[in-house]
Amino acid sequence: MGHILIRDVCKSYRNRRITRRGSRDPYQPGETMRILDHINLEFCEGEMVCLLGPSGCGKSTLLRLIAGFDMTTAGEVVIDGRKVVGPSPNHIFVFQHSGLLPWMTVWQNVELGVRNVEDLRTRQEKVQENIDMVDLTDFEQHYPHQLSGGMKRRAELARALAANPDVLIMDEPFNGLDFLSHMRIREEIVNMHELLRKTTLVVTHDIDDALLMGDRIVVMGGRPAQIKLNRQLDFPHPRDPKKNAALGDLRDELFLMLGVSYAV
Amino acid sequence: MNRSATHTRSLLMERASELVGWRRGKRRIVLPLVALAVILLAWELTTRYSGWSAQVFPSPSRVMRGMGELIVNGMLLRHSIASLFRVTAGFYLAIIFAIPIGIVLGRVETLNLMLNPVIQFLRPISPLAWIPLAVLWFGIGDKPAVFLIFLACFFPLVVATAIAARAINPVFFQVAANFKFNRWETTTKVIVPAIMPDVLTALRLTVGIGWLVVVAAEMLAVRSGLGYLILDSRNALRMDYVMVGMMMIGLIGIALDDLMRRLVYLHPALQRAY
Ligand SMILES: Nc1ncnc2c1ncn2[C@@H]1O[C@H](COP(=O)(O)OP(=O)(O)OP(=O)(O)O)[C@@H](O)[C@H]1O
Ligand SMILES: [Mg+2]
Repeated sequence: MGHILIRDVCKSYRNRRITRRGSRDPYQPGETMRILDHINLEFCEGEMVCLLGPSGCGKSTLLRLIAGFDMTTAGEVVIDGRKVVGPSPNHIFVFQHSGLLPWMTVWQNVELGVRNVEDLRTRQEKVQENIDMVDLTDFEQHYPHQLSGGMKRRAELARALAANPDVLIMDEPFNGLDFLSHMRIREEIVNMHELLRKTTLVVTHDIDDALLMGDRIVVMGGRPAQIKLNRQLDFPHPRDPKKNAALGDLRDELFLMLGVSYAV
Repeated sequence: MNRSATHTRSLLMERASELVGWRRGKRRIVLPLVALAVILLAWELTTRYSGWSAQVFPSPSRVMRGMGELIVNGMLLRHSIASLFRVTAGFYLAIIFAIPIGIVLGRVETLNLMLNPVIQFLRPISPLAWIPLAVLWFGIGDKPAVFLIFLACFFPLVVATAIAARAINPVFFQVAANFKFNRWETTTKVIVPAIMPDVLTALRLTVGIGWLVVVAAEMLAVRSGLGYLILDSRNALRMDYVMVGMMMIGLIGIALDDLMRRLVYLHPALQRAY
């Protein structure tokens, strides 16, 4: 489970009037701005897909469409043969900024993932299991504001995994983390993916993240955004672009594609 | 430096900071008392040497004696309770109506567009302007007073709730949708807790407004409450009782505000705004 087909998806936003009347600005009231332009993608079951692209190109928008938070302007997203018409616990979103509910403890937040489990005992076991998995044991009764940035991210990950979704959608899971937490959570996501083999979509700004984690790398770019690159990676883990020449070449290619160079 | 010296030093620092903390805590109590003493002294001196009669400007000692009398004959307690009852009744009524209405206005754009102008129009009308209608509609007794307090509390509360409900982070609703919350769960588990910190602040302000209005409301059509005590004492030319009434209003006002301020300690999640 977890096969995703993105078929000819377009997304436009209608702009609010942002300038005074009479001024010569391209965004007049009612103007629509196309963000995504005829996107076609197919992700296999259990694939780890890393999405790269410059800021503001529409990565979050694409993820929102896949999650069903937003409607496509044209085209459709199909997960396991069913068209996505709205949010579902089957495809859980991990938010760019924290998506934990701040008035609930870690325990209560993770429990949201197992809401549909009838039996109290199984539910409690599952919550505990997922909290233990992300190493938040003893922090069950903490509120999100009592956690560090990395712990929040892990708690949200536990909540997402508790729901046992077919698709895990992560919008910049390393956003705002310090270097070590970044490395740790990256490793955890990879390990979890090896273990559970859920289709995982990860947006990241970091080319190395994509190279180390991805079974597939998708680069978006342009206005409106199109797919610039869609490449499957079959390098075994653990990976290191410094040691593997082919991976290093791909790295240079990605840097070039995103319009920056690594060496300055 | 060797270890034990460092240790001793850090202990000393700790002790010093404790002392500073203690001093600061004491200053918070001592300094207002100093101000109070100065004011009382000035008051006493004024009454003694200004030439005003004690009828017009009673001295602190007279007011204290008056307070003693009113405590002993139970009037102070009776009137305070009457006022508190009215404020509580009006305040709770306002909460019952204003919070649900505010949530709906904050979340349903159509209703907001319809009703917001009406609310904004009614809001600046002082509750006291409603006195004639209140008396006409509700007669005399507690009802018109409660109604006035309800009005005074309702508008600020409804506006604050609507603003808070509209400003809820949309991510929370996406989370709710992701985990298949139904409408009721979205309301009770997302909207209500999300607006709680803002609503508590509004409640604190609103109780203050209600307490301001109750005194005015009691100057008409009722025969109890601190407002009535003041009015009745004026008619009897007992300015010392008038001042006792005023002091009691001030004291209860502080107590109410303090109580409302402590509401955030009811739940750990309330101690942080979202
Ligand atoms: N609700 C909206 N209404 C109008 N425009 C929007 C809306 N949401 C996003 N946009 C626009 O769509 C574009 C893409 O936004 P999106 O959030 O998808 O970018 P992103 O690739 O995720 O960027 P970042 O890497 O900075 O998160 C932006 O130009 C933004 O202004
Ligand atoms: Mg984004």
